[in-house]
Amino acid sequence: MRRPRPYTDPYLAGIGVGLVLLAAYVVVGQGLGASGAFASVVASGTAALQGTARAAMVPAVAPYLPFGVSSPLRDWLVLELMGVVAGGFASAWLAGRLRRDTERGGGVSSAQRMTAAIAGGVVMGFGAKLARGCTSGQALSGGALLSVGSWIFIATCFAAGYACAPLARRLWR
Amino acid sequence: MTPLTETGWLGAAGALAAAPVIGFAFGWFLERGGLGSAPKLAGQFYLTDLTVFKVMFSALLTAMLGAFWLDRLGVLQLDLVYLPETFALPQAVGGALFGVGFLVAGLCPGTSCVAAATGRRDGLGVIVGMLIGVWLFNAAFVWVEPLYSATPMGSIRLTDLVDIPSGAGVAGVTALALIGFAVAGRIERADR
Repeated sequence: MRRPRPYTDPYLAGIGVGLVLLAAYVVVGQGLGASGAFASVVASGTAALQGTARAAMVPAVAPYLPFGVSSPLRDWLVLELMGVVAGGFASAWLAGRLRRDTERGGGVSSAQRMTAAIAGGVVMGFGAKLARGCTSGQALSGGALLSVGSWIFIATCFAAGYACAPLARRLWR
Repeated sequence: MTPLTETGWLGAAGALAAAPVIGFAFGWFLERGGLGSAPKLAGQFYLTDLTVFKVMFSALLTAMLGAFWLDRLGVLQLDLVYLPETFALPQAVGGALFGVGFLVAGLCPGTSCVAAATGRRDGLGVIVGMLIGVWLFNAAFVWVEPLYSATPMGSIRLTDLVDIPSGAGVAGVTALALIGFAVAGRIERADR
């Protein structure tokens, strides 16, 4: 196994992400997203379990069931996120960075890291729904359009992260 | 004239076909920059690794400046690009919750997919957690709804808020980001 190649300079990678976002504006008239795809998958799952008609009665689910069809494959964000998975895999593969691993700070066990990952994901999923988007849909895509709500999101997200960071120090030491 | 979907050049099927291509490039650059690795992302909150800030704001700057100038050159009609609606209070609360989750998870929704795709189990854990969190939100929607719909402000830009021309807003954000990059460089040199 060859040694993994070093990462690209963050500013260059950022310009790359920015050009992709610009391409999304130009081609499809909307930005990038991630949490919306999760919402779509959950909505489709709910529809599959309860029937589309009942699922569509929940106002938080209905917008994710376009045309009354409950296939997540009809959703732009789900297809986009599948592309993200493929692109991330291809990049890591070509750079020798594919590795089965549980990445964590030195202060916690793998099991503790997995618990934190799931718990953090739960809070993040709830927060993203409440904020109507995440780091991709709000911070990046809305932020570059100077959306007021996106900048509120950026401000409180980092403020809360930094405020709680001392409490979570053991996770990342 | 673009956006292609808004000016009739690209139909719904074409937009769906573009989705995985755009996503592929997004995932590619995220991984290239190292954003598929949780300890690296978490380093942002301890100022030991500023990759998140650098990638995020150089991306934001590139897209903002690109969109602004393409609009000026008559290539892109920027007012046709989807501008998310602002709900000040729920977005402030949701952003804070998201920040705490991000700190604990070490990954955000998009980067958790990159981490999982490159073999990181913790990335998969974050994905599972996200799905549970979204489901919880839907299940609790009746109680959350008053907060979720509070303080609607419509689709509004920072420049509308302070009533300055869009060019001035773009210049202001650019200046702020450049100052941020300079500060980031200083922090890194001080760490060494």
